[in-house]
Amino acid sequence: METLWFYLVAVMVAIYVVLDGFDLGAGALHLFVARTDPERRTVLQSIGPVWDGNEVWLLAGGGAMVLAFPKLYASGFSGLYLPLMMVLWLLILRAISIEFRSHLESPIWRPIWDVVFSLSSLLLAVFLGVFLGNVVRGVPLGEDGYFFTPLWTSFRTDRSELGVLDWYTSTVGMTSLLALTYHGAMWLILKTEGKIRNRAKKAASLAWPLLLVFTGLVTVFTFGIQPQVSTRMNANPISYVLPSAALVGILSSRRFMARGMEFPAFLGSAAFLVFMLLSVVFGLYPMVLPGAGNPGASLTIFNASGPPYALRVALFWWVPGMVLVGFYTAFIYRQMAGKVKLDEEGY
Amino acid sequence: MDPALFFHRFHFAFTISFHYLFPQFTMGMGLLIVILKTRALRTGDDRFEKAARFWGKVFGLAFAMGVVTGIPMEFQFGTNWARFSEATGGVIGQTLAMEGTFAFFLESSFLGLFLFGHKKLSPRMHWLSAFAVFAGSWISGFFIVATNAFMQHPVGYEIQPDGMLALNSYWSLLLNPWLLWQYLHTMAGAVVTGAFVMTGIGAYYLLLGQRPDASEETRGHAEYGKIFLRLGIMVGLPASLFVAFPTGDMQAIKVAENQPAAFASMEGLFDSEEGAPLVLIGQPDMENMRLDNPVEVPRVLSFLTYRRFDAEVVGLKEIPRDEWPDNVPLHYFAYHIMVGLGTLFIGIMILAGWLLWRRRLFESRAMLWLLMLAVPFPFIANTTGWMTAELGRQPWLVYGVLRTEDGFSATVSAGNAIFSLLGFMGLYLLLGILFLFLTAREIGHGPGGHPGGDGGASSDAGEGGDGSNGKGSARGPAGRSARGSGRNPGGGSGGVPHTDIPSAFNEGR
Repeated sequence: METLWFYLVAVMVAIYVVLDGFDLGAGALHLFVARTDPERRTVLQSIGPVWDGNEVWLLAGGGAMVLAFPKLYASGFSGLYLPLMMVLWLLILRAISIEFRSHLESPIWRPIWDVVFSLSSLLLAVFLGVFLGNVVRGVPLGEDGYFFTPLWTSFRTDRSELGVLDWYTSTVGMTSLLALTYHGAMWLILKTEGKIRNRAKKAASLAWPLLLVFTGLVTVFTFGIQPQVSTRMNANPISYVLPSAALVGILSSRRFMARGMEFPAFLGSAAFLVFMLLSVVFGLYPMVLPGAGNPGASLTIFNASGPPYALRVALFWWVPGMVLVGFYTAFIYRQMAGKVKLDEEGY
Repeated sequence: MDPALFFHRFHFAFTISFHYLFPQFTMGMGLLIVILKTRALRTGDDRFEKAARFWGKVFGLAFAMGVVTGIPMEFQFGTNWARFSEATGGVIGQTLAMEGTFAFFLESSFLGLFLFGHKKLSPRMHWLSAFAVFAGSWISGFFIVATNAFMQHPVGYEIQPDGMLALNSYWSLLLNPWLLWQYLHTMAGAVVTGAFVMTGIGAYYLLLGQRPDASEETRGHAEYGKIFLRLGIMVGLPASLFVAFPTGDMQAIKVAENQPAAFASMEGLFDSEEGAPLVLIGQPDMENMRLDNPVEVPRVLSFLTYRRFDAEVVGLKEIPRDEWPDNVPLHYFAYHIMVGLGTLFIGIMILAGWLLWRRRLFESRAMLWLLMLAVPFPFIANTTGWMTAELGRQPWLVYGVLRTEDGFSATVSAGNAIFSLLGFMGLYLLLGILFLFLTAREIGHGPGGHPGGDGGASSDAGEGGDGSNGKGSARGPAGRSARGSGRNPGGGSGGVPHTDIPSAFNEGR
């Protein structure tokens, strides 16, 4: 039952990354791909009806985490207090920049929100990677299963204290930014025409080789920093299918893009994100939060999980709930299928 | 009090108080918008559609504020209240996760369709999206109140050997006897807020439109003002009554039964008494353990609580001090402000309803002024209502089970809590100013005939031509003015041709 919920939460997080990933990526590219007001409104309308729903996957994943792994939620959220507070501020600023921007027609007002939207999207993409980096690297868990990490102490010369940011987590953050930027570009190519689409193609061509390099670096570093991953993957050699599938995804995405096959190119990028995440998740299992320098203190699905009855009973509403969510999501994406036609009603 | 505990509490109190200003309005207004949309669909009368669209804009702004200030609430259970989450996640994880699954997805999926889809969707589909957003917000309210009801009156759980709480009955949690009345009371309070905002703005348009120098357009808004007043009063009158009886009454009886210390504290009762008086006014004096300057109605508290004039009500002195709410005066005042305002709302609504029925409301300037100036008070009443519930629950997080001092994040220092508290204060100040500014603008534009969307910039962008700029500057009378012209009524008829603004954007092309 714990294992089932471990993978359910992982799948919810993966869906979050694929869905919110494209609107974060589109946001990070916003200032670059869209220069005039109608172009910027086109970018916003391409994500307009869905970005909020995409973000709900983060909340739903968080809710499922409280339910299934309360200790992980308590320890992880309080330990990463400072970066999480900043993420909250960024989420707030990003949301209101989308919602408030088009209320006024002022040429001063709108560019302010364009910059806020783009910067907050960009930073959120980095932060997501940094969080993933912290979870993989491990955090300085005490015997009671709690910890607190400062932000950048790892860069001090005496390296006295492990921080949220270090070389490894920063690299994961950069990889995340590149991956989501590429993913966002795939979305914009799919949803727009003309100049925005051309610029998005240019951005994708720039991001793609860098993404490959960073993915390679992160993979090597990960095997170095978290021995659990290689141990577990070597014990189950078939699991190497997962990173291979990610590689196939990103390589094919580039080829599809070159041939003008927009939707398969987007799916390729989505597959890359999903399989990279699943590789990590599989590699960490059964750990949910490794103890840095003290693997014995690690939180696992067994010592962090909620009571068995709660996990069992939740499946009875979770499954029909997700079927409903599937219906709404399919409905909304069908409503907005095809290229964005700029609409006076929208953002 | 441990400074870390103090700042974690203040952090939560500040962010939740600001947050709840918005959901109480959107939950109430959501219901009113669904009623307007239903009447538009039934009668085919375009005025109801326009009225719904006007409130939809204000609703959209408030909803965005509710969403962005709501996300920090869900995070704070983990970031600031880690030991509470660890201990109770095995129970309230259910309701929190259900809120995400059944409410947030529904709201967020249909909000965009509701706000921007009235042309793309058929009238029926658009009605459905309005209904889905309304239903989502009420379901969300249900699961949050269910979570709070567990904290007020824990049921359906057992304590495991390691001290953590584990759910043992899903249905007990959802059918918590505390939950029904608390939910209905909370929702009725939200409807009161929505109704008072609608009548208040309606009264404002009517007062403006009745001035001798009122423009054609302003008189057009006044016609909508009448719709707002009628609907606001027809919904607000029963809601104001329902807040008090039976929901508020039953809620108070539940508190008296299960949280005697909270009950004595909120009523300002220090000594146990047979035939206890109902205190209307007075200041708790914690040094001398009495009420200063009391104005009381003899024996009424006993009657309201136990339906007998001579029933005994337990006073604070009879309860061990470490079970008292830790801020009795604040708790007492919060409760009295809520009850006092709630009583006023009933009076205002009855009077307004009577004038409406006698067909004298629209001419009664004093009543219109009163309704307009009443708008802020339901927000205060709802906030103090929650303060009554939450301060009364102290010193417990989960009543009788987990004390507040054992629930905050021990690893997050007071300094870090102050850091993020200051960040939220600054950010929320900015958000509040922006929200008021944009809402005031929408109210300035008025409901009379701007068919949504942006002005010239969007029509310009949509059709990419100068032709639409021409249309944008053609100012029509209210009701049929197209595109941008409706956007400027606040500025009077002699405003700057606003097509200049979009053209400034186009220089970039």
